[in-house]
Amino acid sequence: MSEPLVQISNLNFTYDRRPVLTGINMTIPRGKVVAIMGQSGCGKTTTLRLIGGQLRPTQGEVRFAGKVVHELGTDGLYASRRRMGMLFQFGALFTDISVFDNVAFQMREHTDLPEAMIRDLVLLKLNAVGLRGAQDLMPSELSGGMARRVALARAIALDPLLMMYDEPFTGLDPITMGIIGQLIRTLNDALGGSSIIVTHDVQESLQIVDYVYFMADGKVVAEGTPDEIRASDKAYVHQFVWGEMDGPVPFQYPSAPYREQIYGAAHA
Amino acid sequence: MLDRAATALRGLGSRVTSRLWRLGFASRFFLATLLYSGPSFRRFFLTVREIYFTGVLSLIIILVSGLFVGMVLGLQGYDTLQRYGSSEALGILVALSLVRELGPVVSALLFASRAGSAITAEIGLMKATEQLSAMEMMAVNPIARVVAPRFWAGVISMPLLAALFSAMGIFGGYLVGVVLIGVDEGSFWSQMQASVDFREDIVNGVIKSAVFGILVSWIAVFEGYDSEPTAEGVSGATTRTVVTSSLVILAADFVLTAFMFRGA
Amino acid sequence: MNRMTLDLWVGVFVAIGLGALLFLALKVGNLASTNTGETYVLKANFDNIGGLKVRAPVKSAGVVVGRVSDIRLDGERYEAVVTMNISSQFMFPRDTFAKIRTSGLLGEQYIGLAVGGDTELFKPGESVKKTESAMVLEDLVGQFLFDKAAEGKDKK
Repeated sequence: MSEPLVQISNLNFTYDRRPVLTGINMTIPRGKVVAIMGQSGCGKTTTLRLIGGQLRPTQGEVRFAGKVVHELGTDGLYASRRRMGMLFQFGALFTDISVFDNVAFQMREHTDLPEAMIRDLVLLKLNAVGLRGAQDLMPSELSGGMARRVALARAIALDPLLMMYDEPFTGLDPITMGIIGQLIRTLNDALGGSSIIVTHDVQESLQIVDYVYFMADGKVVAEGTPDEIRASDKAYVHQFVWGEMDGPVPFQYPSAPYREQIYGAAHA
Repeated sequence: MLDRAATALRGLGSRVTSRLWRLGFASRFFLATLLYSGPSFRRFFLTVREIYFTGVLSLIIILVSGLFVGMVLGLQGYDTLQRYGSSEALGILVALSLVRELGPVVSALLFASRAGSAITAEIGLMKATEQLSAMEMMAVNPIARVVAPRFWAGVISMPLLAALFSAMGIFGGYLVGVVLIGVDEGSFWSQMQASVDFREDIVNGVIKSAVFGILVSWIAVFEGYDSEPTAEGVSGATTRTVVTSSLVILAADFVLTAFMFRGA
Repeated sequence: MNRMTLDLWVGVFVAIGLGALLFLALKVGNLASTNTGETYVLKANFDNIGGLKVRAPVKSAGVVVGRVSDIRLDGERYEAVVTMNISSQFMFPRDTFAKIRTSGLLGEQYIGLAVGGDTELFKPGESVKKTESAMVLEDLVGQFLFDKAAEGKDKK
């Protein structure tokens, strides 16, 4: 058990000749909840997709359960993905089938369990997220928070080793946010796996995670336990955690000097 | 001046390259669809479900349009034929024009705008809402699970719809010609049977509609799968499906007709 | 939508679709009258086939007994060689006359078999000796004018 579940070493990713990630190193130990924080567009979601094997790294590697993800063939990759669960930003429920069928989807695709057993398992998973009563609803009839919980039930359908959450708190009210946060923690401890949360919601996630990586411009700029992060005096982390308007991340989009642009044009 | 010409040339070149690139990607996608078609037949319910959406839901528009097209053919055909005193040949005219051309072509055009656009929009929306990504992360291949059943449903539905369109059109021509105008019923049917050849006309018509079914379904699933994952992207892809399908149907019809009815 | 209803609808759709195909094949087309049974080959040479086409019907006493399967030109004698597939139920005497006829004034052309009285029958692959070519409108008109001219000469 000493070997970490996910080991990212010197990961580089370039999209259209534009570097998105440079030299990322991360370790996700078993049984822990790890957060990846940073501003929008800093490469957090890209990191998740690299772990899931949906993208291929330009350089470096991601190891999942000891295997290099991008060196697996299609079959190996699919076998690895059966041990991963992912919660997408807006749930990504299949809109043409009911809540029950959404949760049952993976069981029907990957196992040949009898329908009666699938039913019990689905109800069990839905019960874990408190939505057993919503099994017959269609995804369009759910509120945003409920959809997120159903998606969570679907993601844990096959008891994954690794859960990945892509912005699980976006667009939720504080109550639902708290519920999702608690669910992430309890599910992680119940399943005995590891979780990665990609988020920019600092206060909510600092309460539930064991370790934090801070990313900016495709690099890891800081890391530590929640207490270390709160106490950090690094300018960037401080600005992010306390939500200050100006700091290392400037308020202004890069532009020509103010004076020059206001007066310059008139004189030209 | 030279600069502008160079820019124009470069623009043209990049447009041509990007079209070719898309065509290549579409072909690769087509092969992938065929390659991952296993589940569409092993778990046939997946395809049956899509036949409901593409075939059954297109029934009304196909039947009604077929009836009207046939009725118009009856009127126009009678008007022309009676000048030459051969109004009994109305059956031949209605049946041949429907079975050879109008049946496959018009039903394919209707199919593209009714079912093709719906397929593109559905797949595009699944992509935009990350449903395809989610499926991939659940170790389920979206081409096998989402694309292939829709493709095969289209391929299966199209010849049936075209046959229904032709049959309905012939019934429309019968209504106008025999019931309304009073062309002799016996000669209407017997002349039709004497001149419409099973292999030459009907089988060729079915082949045409099968080819159109493959083309339209391919374009529809590809445009959906390749759409930009945004609202504008999906609506643009839906429009492209209808426009491209229509052009491709008409062009393919010319090529097929040239092959099938040349010389004979 | 319930799986049963879905299956039912798709079943109905496929059934009426196949029904339409059957209707086209039997009621509109000539599948019913095309004898898919055994056939044998007969050949016939014509000076001129006019507008005869492959797959044109071969009729005897107005009843379709076969179809033209091939038309080619004999390179030595410059005659058209027409190959016909005749249904095996019908055998024809050796002095049968093969004529190219037109159905209606402007209709399609077919081969009419006028049966003679010979007791010997054609064997498969044999050639019909007695043939009558298609009537070509220009020749007819030319003949008519020639006759008129001849008549006029006689009257003088």
